[in-house]
Amino acid sequence: MNMEISGIIIMFIGAVLLALPLGRYIGKIYSGDRTWADRLFNPLDKAIFKCSGIDPSKEMSWKQHLAALLTINLLWFFFSMFILMNMSWLPLNPDANPSMSADLAFNTTVSFVSNTNLQHYSGETGVSYLGQLVLMLFQFISAGIGMAACAVVFLAMREGTSGKPGNFYNLFVKSCTRVLLPLSIAVAVILLVNGTPMTFKGKDQFVSLQGDTVNVSRGPAAAMVAIKQLGTNGGGFFGVNSAHPLENPNYITNIVENMSIILIPMAMIFALGYILKRKRFAWMVFGVMTVGFLLLLIPSIYQESAGNPAIARMGISQPMGSMEGKEVRFGSVASAFWAITTTATSNGSVNAMHDSLTPLTGMFAMLGMMINAVYGGVGVGFLNFYIFIIIAVFISGLMVGRTPEFLGKKVEAREMKIAAIIALLHPLLILAGTALSSYLYAHNPDVYASWLNNPGSHGFSEMLYEYTSSSANNGSGFEGLGDNTPFWNISCGIVMALSRYLPIIGPIAIAGMLSAKKYVPESAGTLKTDTATFGIMVFAVIVIIAALSFFPALSLGPIAEYFGMK
Amino acid sequence: MSKHNMKKGFFDRSLFREALQQSFIKLKPQTMFRNPVMFTVWVGTIVMTAVCIWIAAGGTTSQGSLTYNIIITVILLVTLLFANFAEAIAEARGKAQAGSLRKTRAETPAKYIQAPGDIFVEEVKIVPSSQLRKGDLFLCEAGDIIPIDGEIVEGLATIDESAITGESAPVIREAGGDKSSVTGGTKVLSDRIRVRVTTAPGESFLDKMIALVEGASRQKTPNEIALTILLSGFTLVFIIVCVTLKPFADYANTPITIAAFISLFVCLIPTTIGGLLSAIGIAGMDRALRANVITKSGKAVETAGDLDTLLLDKTGTITIGNRKATHFYEVQGVTKEQFVNAAVQASLADETPEGKSIIELSGRNPADHQVQNATFIPFSAETRSSGIDFGQTRIRKGAADAIRNIVCRAGNPFPEEAASLVKKIAAEGGTPLVVSENEQVLGVIELQDIIKPGIRERFERLRKMGVKTVMVTGDNPLTARYIANKAGVDDFIAEAKPEDKMNYIRKEQQSGKLVAMMGDGTNDAPALAQADVGVAMNSGTQAAKEAGNMVDLDNDPTKLIEIVEIGKQLLMTRGTLTTFSIANDVAKYFAIVPALFIASLPSLQGMNIMQLHSPESAILSAVIFNAIIIPLLIPLALRGVSYKPIGASALLRRNLLIYGLGGIIVPFAGIKLIDLIVSNWF
Repeated sequence: MNMEISGIIIMFIGAVLLALPLGRYIGKIYSGDRTWADRLFNPLDKAIFKCSGIDPSKEMSWKQHLAALLTINLLWFFFSMFILMNMSWLPLNPDANPSMSADLAFNTTVSFVSNTNLQHYSGETGVSYLGQLVLMLFQFISAGIGMAACAVVFLAMREGTSGKPGNFYNLFVKSCTRVLLPLSIAVAVILLVNGTPMTFKGKDQFVSLQGDTVNVSRGPAAAMVAIKQLGTNGGGFFGVNSAHPLENPNYITNIVENMSIILIPMAMIFALGYILKRKRFAWMVFGVMTVGFLLLLIPSIYQESAGNPAIARMGISQPMGSMEGKEVRFGSVASAFWAITTTATSNGSVNAMHDSLTPLTGMFAMLGMMINAVYGGVGVGFLNFYIFIIIAVFISGLMVGRTPEFLGKKVEAREMKIAAIIALLHPLLILAGTALSSYLYAHNPDVYASWLNNPGSHGFSEMLYEYTSSSANNGSGFEGLGDNTPFWNISCGIVMALSRYLPIIGPIAIAGMLSAKKYVPESAGTLKTDTATFGIMVFAVIVIIAALSFFPALSLGPIAEYFGMK
Repeated sequence: MSKHNMKKGFFDRSLFREALQQSFIKLKPQTMFRNPVMFTVWVGTIVMTAVCIWIAAGGTTSQGSLTYNIIITVILLVTLLFANFAEAIAEARGKAQAGSLRKTRAETPAKYIQAPGDIFVEEVKIVPSSQLRKGDLFLCEAGDIIPIDGEIVEGLATIDESAITGESAPVIREAGGDKSSVTGGTKVLSDRIRVRVTTAPGESFLDKMIALVEGASRQKTPNEIALTILLSGFTLVFIIVCVTLKPFADYANTPITIAAFISLFVCLIPTTIGGLLSAIGIAGMDRALRANVITKSGKAVETAGDLDTLLLDKTGTITIGNRKATHFYEVQGVTKEQFVNAAVQASLADETPEGKSIIELSGRNPADHQVQNATFIPFSAETRSSGIDFGQTRIRKGAADAIRNIVCRAGNPFPEEAASLVKKIAAEGGTPLVVSENEQVLGVIELQDIIKPGIRERFERLRKMGVKTVMVTGDNPLTARYIANKAGVDDFIAEAKPEDKMNYIRKEQQSGKLVAMMGDGTNDAPALAQADVGVAMNSGTQAAKEAGNMVDLDNDPTKLIEIVEIGKQLLMTRGTLTTFSIANDVAKYFAIVPALFIASLPSLQGMNIMQLHSPESAILSAVIFNAIIIPLLIPLALRGVSYKPIGASALLRRNLLIYGLGGIIVPFAGIKLIDLIVSNWF
């Protein structure tokens, strides 16, 4: 057990230590400062801008940024719909997998364009290699979009930026070429060395000891696994994601993949400190996120390693903790660590079955997605956090006897309106979705019997988890839910799209409006946002708005299950 | 008046009765709609009333007993009444305060001067003050009560303004200067003045202020709007939480009564701050009025909390009104006796405080120095000197360069010694007055500014609030710097001309700062209008009063400091009560959520951490707590959270501890306590 605990401590500290220099590097890229990698990437970027006819030095207003962002997304949306619905006759399909139905293609496209990677299909049988490659492309694009959107807010927060925070295409391309691409190559090579396949050949065969012929799916997996981890995408090459022995072969790859989940989300916060030249502020943000993360993590590890009380009552000892649905090569602690990192960051890849987590760990996984800002997705995690900051600034600004201001800009009615809408969007989508499906199921249990494999509280958790995962753009599934139906495909697709774009548009709009305002110099009476006290305030806002809104729903699901098992 | 009135109880009986009546009148949907948070409670109450009728009519048995539902309905109604009462009592107090000021200007006979050509020229006719219109002229003589606000067009009078300011010493008001305004209700003690009416009846600043306090024309301030948006956002979140709970409960086969739904909702939404929000705003204006400051808008009070820079006139604010003579320095070859004699003689007819202080310093009796056939030369801005001529003697005293001119023109030297004395006195913040007799310099009198006691500490307090103080003075830069250092102001404008103030304000505003200034003269009006908070003295000209957004009835230049604190208190009260209100939700969740589901999921008993007696008692306790916390916090809302200049971070820590942590703990204790009582019946 101690070995397992030290394993996750190494992963966490290792990620922080790597995130520090990476954050500085990302900060330099967005600030336009010179980096050691310029010589390598300048020609590449120049070629891209030359081909596309984009002038990367042309500054954009926040509205132009949003237009660029939505245009990129819309174009790729149609492209992906076309490929996914015509995979059967398109090339690179050695296993002769079928094309997707329209509703599944809609769900999958929205899911990948929105960085959710909710998968209502299984990679081995549901997509061709061309389909996988297209989805992999989106894993770069959606992560790059998230990072670029976040960079826009960073630049807008910078002192002296009056309304024009950089060029969106420039930020987007550089996020992909200078951050995601090199990191993905490094991670992919490590995976490759450890046995993850990277080939365009079809299924392989071997004869087992029993004498059966076994078909083994393979394909260009190493490349996709790297970016799905790094870009908080989570859409696995194979159906069972990183629990699959070819996707995540051993403890070493597990460490690398798990660190990849939290690396960029953490680094973005340090990039913030570099860009604003406000290191203390970045540490405040990082501190609040880390406290939230640890509060989710520590009880989860405790729950998983304590095992299942129902099994314990049968007199069976569980020295390895609760091992249902977990891989023996990772163990319960590392699986719990993965479960929390993947949900807290909106990644959504899994190395264990979340359906089989003990009830409270399942709840903490959901809470991570409900808050969606303790590290959060690449770029978008901070954007969600930004909304909480704005609300905290408003209340605590008043508490020190001034009309609220954030980094020298007055927060007024218009900004509050946007922040309030974005803050209530997430509870609305999750609760309304779950309410709709609960209503349907409760009133026609026979018609919808195929939805739930488990009755009662656990079945409720499955539905709640699905919408939470969609709304958090997480993409992991509790599983156990019969979700490849038009109802789930379409409703989750709508939730994913709304919860992706509105929470990006909101913070960019607020930051853009604030940056156009007059700068109010700091005085002794100004609220300091880089202190522990303010951090506590932000934390309280997160707990009361984001977490407690779900308290009634969670008590019907995991909490009821927990008390029922005791 | 400003101070002892504050002690007058919060619930003065007549105010209480009026407010109680208003709380029912305010139940009108049109009024309720202005406050989105309380409006939702209003809707909840209507729904519950319908449920009660439904049960009473025998329509259902699944909604719990009739008694229980009626009790919930009544508590919701009481919650609304409490919130209305908070607003009503704040209004009533504000109106009472303004009313007591207005009482001074009840119907008074006015000596109306008929316009020339009407019947006779300048005929005086006695009319009630209510018949006076803007632009009319009236006459006031010793013993008259001034019938209405106006501006003196002719004459000078001493006036007792104690009815307004509480200050018993009479003040002098005269035509033409910056002290030409008179206020209705004050009494003329001597002399005779002709006054032009400046405000139409019902349009005085006080009338405007009363209208501001009253519901109808009260506009929400920008910060109030933003906070209302945030609170509406919270309310919407909880609407979502409560509405979606219905299908969840269907799924879990847990019937939830309408009463429980509405109770959960009302407890979660921020009713505490929602109910007190407008009371806080009114109380802010009311506190300003108690400090004898009339505000022309609620926004001005709010802005005061944000001020970064205060422009303060030196005289009267930083230094005690007038300079005093502190030293006689004779030049070589002149005896002290000779010099002091001349100084006293030159000051005999000098009515200025400086002149009087010279005689005071000399310790002589003016009667001993009376001279025959003397001609007094009054001070004029051109000569910048004054003096006395008798016989062959010409004594002059004045600014160094003025006397130098006189001396040099007569061909006499200006002694080196006098020049160095002048420089030395100026460097020490004093004002040198040179005295000459028959164009020969006798010596230098040192006048010193006396810095008000305690002013340094007040500036220190302002600095801790993050407010920069700027002294405005007509003195030369040398003197100005000395006094600025001694008084502890951050910056100064020396040899200030009216446009200098304006330029300084513009410069500060360009760098994003909010500036306040106080002024009285017509030439202050542009700067008063330019400043974010412009406080005009009541004694000032009408133009100044129109230009500013506050009027100080006490004419006290240090009032700005109080105004800043009132503004900060207003904002802090909003912030802390919002925090308190939202923090309360934690306990309410733990009271109500287990109660909702315990019937069908008994295992959830483990979540009932307060060990509340039964689902009914838990819900009742939470709603009762939610209701009674409003009146309990009314005194705080009206008084305002006290401001301490301990720096923003320390202040946040302090308030977060009291109102945040307190807001989490108090309801746990409160709800448990109420449950212990309620559990006797439910």
